[in-house]
Amino acid sequence: MNPLAKLVEAALFASARPLTVDELLTLDPSAGATAVRAALAELRDAFATGDHGVELIEIAQGWQFLTRREYAEAIDRAQFALRPRRLSPAALETLAIIAYRQPVGRIEVDEIRGVDSGAVIEKLSERGLVEIVTRGEGLGRPLLYGTTPQFLEILGLKDLDELPRLEELSVALRPPAPAELE
Amino acid sequence: MSAPTNPVTQDSAGFVVELEQFSGPLDLLLHLIHEDEVDITDLPIAKIADQFLAVISELGLNQAADYLEMAARLLRIKAQMLLPRRLGDDEWEDPRAELVRRLLEYQQIRELVEWLGAAAARRAEQFGRGFSPEPPAAPPAPLVIDLNDLLAAAERVIALIPEPVLHRVVPRPLDVEGATARIQALLAARDTFGWGDVVGARSTIVDVLSTFIALLELAKRGALHVHQEGPFAPIQIRRESPREAR
Repeated sequence: MNPLAKLVEAALFASARPLTVDELLTLDPSAGATAVRAALAELRDAFATGDHGVELIEIAQGWQFLTRREYAEAIDRAQFALRPRRLSPAALETLAIIAYRQPVGRIEVDEIRGVDSGAVIEKLSERGLVEIVTRGEGLGRPLLYGTTPQFLEILGLKDLDELPRLEELSVALRPPAPAELE
Repeated sequence: MSAPTNPVTQDSAGFVVELEQFSGPLDLLLHLIHEDEVDITDLPIAKIADQFLAVISELGLNQAADYLEMAARLLRIKAQMLLPRRLGDDEWEDPRAELVRRLLEYQQIRELVEWLGAAAARRAEQFGRGFSPEPPAAPPAPLVIDLNDLLAAAERVIALIPEPVLHRVVPRPLDVEGATARIQALLAARDTFGWGDVVGARSTIVDVLSTFIALLELAKRGALHVHQEGPFAPIQIRRESPREAR
């Protein structure tokens, strides 16, 4: 295996979160992004074809070693690792709205859900799944929220483009026209 | 708010709804619509409104503002639907339109919720490297100490002070001082002498270097004069006249 691939493997092993190509480049700035990507591909293939209990996954715009699915139950039963807490339907609703409408303010989330979402947004923000990204133009310059890399991480997504496109959902919906709103 | 004094009786008897399972009035409405298997775009508003009111009054939800607001909205739409309208009136706007739009939008969100929930569940089948943040450092305990403890502690600290360390002396590789002394001794004895008189026959490279540096230093001080006939010729050393010497 090429020395850069081994260095990248060591860094990914040492990290508790996905590392991006840019972050991996700091290991050896002279290597170049192309070489780092090639090293990642080499590693991924090595762990995919070899008999390994972990695999290299592209996730949250970075790369991370994760245990293979087939061992989830055994690891869970032995309590060597904790599964993340499940998100409530209210939390998932709010996340879905923020993910698709970002940057979006609390009022719009409230409107779509039909309930006050302040507390839910607060909790999501504490868990690092959403964050304030900017302020709106409207009255009182409302805080606008967006999703974080952590959001992609808990869903196992590479990036936001992996979310289903709205047209693919069984309920087709026209894009919201401002004139339609009261 | 024009809430009804007597909510209309429930259509479907034995219809049990747990409120906790709904994340809001839209969720409850969608549930009712799916239960009744009615077309969401052609909502039988009177029926749905009655069911909605029955559920929330049964569940004692009257305090939940979000549900009450929806109840009021449903009743207003129901009333608007009852208003007479002329046949073929193109200007007529379906009072349900806004609610239907919101319901469709909300239904889309519910679909996304299922997708997101499935994605999160799938991701939870894989574990990353364990990471447990370090527990925060405990605050230092308040200092409780009496004089004897303090003296004992002081003794322990004094006992820890190391004995003075004797440094091991190693010979310096270059002995310029020694070479200087040797040259000065020769200067005292003779007016002139050669390089070979200073370094001797069996000189090491270190001796040569030390002597050469010493010669240059003494020449700089004006104690002697160094002369060489030509390249690689023997170096001649001559004492400077006492007037010029330091």
